[in-house]
Amino acid sequence: MAEKVLMKGNEAIAEAAIKAGCRHYFGYPITPQTEIAAYMAKRMPKIGGTFLQAESEIAAINMVYGVSSAGKRVMTSSSSPGVALKSEGLSYLAGADLPAFVVNVQRGGPGLGGIQPSQSDYFQATKAGGHGDFRMIVLAPASVQEMADLTIKGFELADNYRMTAMILADGTMGQMMEPVEIRDSADIKTFDKPWAVTGTGMKREHNIVNSLYLKPEQLEKENFARFERYKKIEENEVMYEEFMMDDAEICIVAFGIAARVSQNAVVEARKQGIKAGMIRPITLWPFPKKRLLAAAEKVKTFISVELSMGQMVEDIELATKCTRPVMLCNRVGGMIPSPEEVLAKIKEAQGGIN
Amino acid sequence: MIVFDKPKSLTDAPLHYCPGCTHGIIHRLVAEAIDELGIEGRTIGVAPVGCAVMAYDYFACDMVEAAHGRAPAVATGIKRANPENIVFTYQGDGDLASIGTAETVHSATRNENITVIFVNNAIYGMTGGQMAPTSLPGQITQTSPYGRDTNLCGFPVKICEMLSQLEGPEFLARVAVNNVKNIKNAKATIKKAFENQVNGKGFSLVEVISSCPTNWGMTPKDALKWIDDNMIPYYPLGVYKDRSGEAK
Repeated sequence: MAEKVLMKGNEAIAEAAIKAGCRHYFGYPITPQTEIAAYMAKRMPKIGGTFLQAESEIAAINMVYGVSSAGKRVMTSSSSPGVALKSEGLSYLAGADLPAFVVNVQRGGPGLGGIQPSQSDYFQATKAGGHGDFRMIVLAPASVQEMADLTIKGFELADNYRMTAMILADGTMGQMMEPVEIRDSADIKTFDKPWAVTGTGMKREHNIVNSLYLKPEQLEKENFARFERYKKIEENEVMYEEFMMDDAEICIVAFGIAARVSQNAVVEARKQGIKAGMIRPITLWPFPKKRLLAAAEKVKTFISVELSMGQMVEDIELATKCTRPVMLCNRVGGMIPSPEEVLAKIKEAQGGIN
Repeated sequence: MIVFDKPKSLTDAPLHYCPGCTHGIIHRLVAEAIDELGIEGRTIGVAPVGCAVMAYDYFACDMVEAAHGRAPAVATGIKRANPENIVFTYQGDGDLASIGTAETVHSATRNENITVIFVNNAIYGMTGGQMAPTSLPGQITQTSPYGRDTNLCGFPVKICEMLSQLEGPEFLARVAVNNVKNIKNAKATIKKAFENQVNGKGFSLVEVISSCPTNWGMTPKDALKWIDDNMIPYYPLGVYKDRSGEAK
């Protein structure tokens, strides 16, 4: 195994991507993820890779489309307003069944918003990445170690299922420093890509990378086939972590920095005799629906802790089929809830139970 | 003895283009250039959104269909991924000179080692004849029914003239395909644009003045004459930049 080093979350993503075999990075400057581009600009020329600062986010995601068409591992990173610009490309990647790895280090919105941490692109990432019917695998790291691990996992999932895997982080995850150990390249899975455009070599029929189907029957067929693949992902790739859930009556659901804060609140609640626990989704899509539905048998109240006006809260209600109340504990605009604020919400929930 | 045959770099798929459209000629010229250079097995084409959207069915090499205007960015990615591949884009005027202007200008200024075939017929053909960035002043289209009013929507974009101001690009030329002489010159120019890439020289763009009888509302013959009378005077043919040629 590699040695443990102290790194910023953004840098951990960049180094893990290189370890995963990514040799092509395209991006456009935007706070708070610029360290990824800076790291790639330094490293890529030294290892025979490409770092290119694109003229726009739109160009960057289309360069990703080009490299992916050619069968190579490739990534781009941005922050909320920049990811909105990439949505055209994300839809085309989905329509052409191309693997891609995309990072969104979220900042507050809407509009130009702010540059402080946010989770308000949850809907965008999990439900509305662009036009048309498609999904992205959405990974939500809650530590610098996970920034690295989920980057490698993201490349593997993207190639395996021929789709976009997105890291949905926030400004805190990107900027904070923690010790991290990055897996060796030898352990990382690679996949054959016989569909890639690399030149026919006059030895095979031409490969076509395309998302256009003018015959409605055929386009329908493509969509159904894609969603069969999505079904497999929902069955096989759900990831979450739970904390003190054995006898929990109040269950916090939180990801990223919100989960870090909430864990402290759960510990404090336990000290005060409140049976609190936490389920932390690591994949936001596929969402841990089955686990939440099972939890609803014992849990009396769920609390969604989010840096948004309440977006994941809807998925918790759907997963639990509205059988339990789901409260919202949120701060927005770049503000982060304190453990005390989360604890106060736990006590409010406890009051409703007693 | 066969003296005239279909280029190997074209498939057998029947073209969907309207009668009298010059896309077929331009496809052929591109395929002939690829055949003559012997590069089909390592060539990758990028199709646009517009009339040529289905070019991926017509060229026998590996093909990628790009989003509207993004072909140069997609080509950049393909070329950077495998520099030994020969990568070309085939784009219309709406694609290259309107929605994709940024991608065009920046791939040119980076001197991206790709070949760009730019078909300028001064109209949006696929969507039924709307005003293009290259529609002539006074030209009647579906969205300029009283003629292109330059006070209202400005002047046509002259891509070769504009890009020739950049230090980056290797080769910029404008040709036409409305008569035998012009077609022969277009062929030689397109071949040179591919040769430049083979020789690692960089961004080579050929603007091809083309006709659209359907949406211009003319017979194919009148459309070819309209190129001589109206298009070429506004878009003069010639080489706008040839860095290696100039260096000699």
